[in-house]
Amino acid sequence: MSAQDIPRATGAFVDDDGIPEYNAYGADWSDIAAEATRLGQQRIVVNMGPQHPSTHGVLRVMLEIEGETVTEARAGIGYLHTGIEKNMEYRTWTQGVTFCTRMDYVASMFQEVGYCLAVEKLLGITDDIPERASVLRVLMMELTRIGSHLVAVGTGGNEMGATTVMTTAFMGREDTFRIIELITGLRTNNGYIRPGGVALDAPEGAVEAIRAMIPEVKARLDELAHLQLENPIFKGRLKGIATLNLATCMALGITGPMLRATGLPYDLRKSEPYCGYETYDFQVPTSTDADAYSRVVLRMEEMYESLKIVEQCADKLEALGPGPVMVADKKIAWPAQLSLGADGQGNSLEHIKEIMGTSMEALIHHFKLVTEGFRVPAGQVYTAIEQPKGVLGVHLVSDGGTKPWRAHFRDPGFNHLQALSIMCEGGQMADVVVAIASIDFVLGGVDR
Amino acid sequence: MSKNKDISSTAVNPDGIPPEGPGPEGREPLTLVTVRQGMFSESGDTSGYGGLVKHIEMPGPTDRPYGSWFDGVVDVLEELLGDKAGAAIQSVVVDRDELTLYIAREHLLEVATHLRNDQDLRFEMCLGVSGVHYPADAGNELHAVYPMQSITHNRRLRLEVAVPEADPHIPSLTSVYPANNWHERETWDFFGIIFDGHPSLARIEMPDDWQGHPQRKDYPLGGIPVEYKGAEIPSPDQRRQYR
Repeated sequence: MSAQDIPRATGAFVDDDGIPEYNAYGADWSDIAAEATRLGQQRIVVNMGPQHPSTHGVLRVMLEIEGETVTEARAGIGYLHTGIEKNMEYRTWTQGVTFCTRMDYVASMFQEVGYCLAVEKLLGITDDIPERASVLRVLMMELTRIGSHLVAVGTGGNEMGATTVMTTAFMGREDTFRIIELITGLRTNNGYIRPGGVALDAPEGAVEAIRAMIPEVKARLDELAHLQLENPIFKGRLKGIATLNLATCMALGITGPMLRATGLPYDLRKSEPYCGYETYDFQVPTSTDADAYSRVVLRMEEMYESLKIVEQCADKLEALGPGPVMVADKKIAWPAQLSLGADGQGNSLEHIKEIMGTSMEALIHHFKLVTEGFRVPAGQVYTAIEQPKGVLGVHLVSDGGTKPWRAHFRDPGFNHLQALSIMCEGGQMADVVVAIASIDFVLGGVDR
Repeated sequence: MSKNKDISSTAVNPDGIPPEGPGPEGREPLTLVTVRQGMFSESGDTSGYGGLVKHIEMPGPTDRPYGSWFDGVVDVLEELLGDKAGAAIQSVVVDRDELTLYIAREHLLEVATHLRNDQDLRFEMCLGVSGVHYPADAGNELHAVYPMQSITHNRRLRLEVAVPEADPHIPSLTSVYPANNWHERETWDFFGIIFDGHPSLARIEMPDDWQGHPQRKDYPLGGIPVEYKGAEIPSPDQRRQYR
């Protein structure tokens, strides 16, 4: 069990050979505790992760403990860094969607929308996006918001031992996925939002399916609320835990439910509306308790608000009727509307007939736009949207070519993880898990 | 974000061809993004345009009035900086409805402090820092871009600091905006910009013993060629690409 016996890529966890080091493999805690007692060490550093079920991916937390009290906590990230931003510099503007959707894979639609809004701003076509496309974008974002919040609440419950909370939440999330799959063809990592609009229109029966889904998800939310919010154990574990006041949130750049739990109703959907959010009727729930419990309550309330928006999206889709979902400019719009066939998503048959059978020019146009892509005038933009976890910022630089010169995503989770230390230090060891759950980050987005 | 559109400065011409030579509308270009030769990358430019050389530049400085609330903010900032204003604010760019202030690195901390503290500016949050590498822009290869957000006034602006690759030092903003701690570590990690005064400027995404700064343009993407039905497809950064 000494440091020397364990093969490592980058050396031992502690450089000093004199310091004893233990590895816990499960069911051996009493041995370690007995050994530690025998040696009489005062200062204990616990290395939690990177593979730990409660860390939402691969997060490493280094805790210095005194008894059960955490005296120092540090988060270490980078275990899921995949170089998405670098990769995007080698792909066309349209292909970028497929990459950025895989950052925060629990809320993939938000990266897609944030990125596409930035590309559209660079192109100067923000006002030319058809209304139907914007409604579909809002619909997708709100369904994803519900899914993301359900994962946050569900896994948070699971980490405290309440598996039913997780299964109920995941069943509700599955209902939202059914609609997303019906419209986009995929459950997650959709690549559905494209610069200029969306990849394909909602199929027949989508509005009815959305209307049928709403009461089902609502029932799940009610069930979750009944299970948790008045549960004495749940309240005992979460109330007054992992608090962050308004001043700390401001200093650490914290947004989203964590900021709103301090009483500031800051929501970009209200303050800087995009995709037509100003035309929807919804509330921004707030609380002043600033603790882990109030964040769960806020996420629950936000899901009900999102359902209201989803309902309004269904109304709008019906009222708008059939229409374009891609910008009219043929130099930017994807040449073919995709369609859902029996064998999956693909080019529509009519389009294939046209380019292969009747129009050579259409074939050339399709080929040029798909392989070469469109050019974006040189310059830079920054767009920010309200992701379920907070403010998602997208910084795009174009060199006037067919690929981004630089794409940078300011993931809220990356920023919020900095607050882990301040939330945990001085608290109990068991509350670290509660703090991690109440930040609600996804390491795919944090590391990118 | 205001709804009134002023994209005249973006120089979108009907063919979608990026501007050349002097910046849009005769504005002095500010940043040379890249010098592009021919139609395709690497060898094998069969287009006949192999000798074509294009200088791609970022939109240049804007003259007053900047429009919207931009004038007011620049006025307040210039007043607070006093004599130093001319040296601190190198240029002001309004492009695509967004305000960018190019700041000299010696004055960055002071500018940021004013932006945060003054009640007429009050940019409470800095949303981190994003690095950009422009290898062709001699003497200003590395740029640090700071998006600022004012909740009080519901505004957004951008600070940009350019430094040479040979001397990549920028003062750290962590003393003004503690949230920039990890963002600066990320920019150090990926671009090699050294943020002086940062409490612990360690790598954050790459392993501690990593060599190089992966998001620089001269750092290869990596990857291996893939064989498919007898043909070999090079890795993404080695493929022939449109320019």
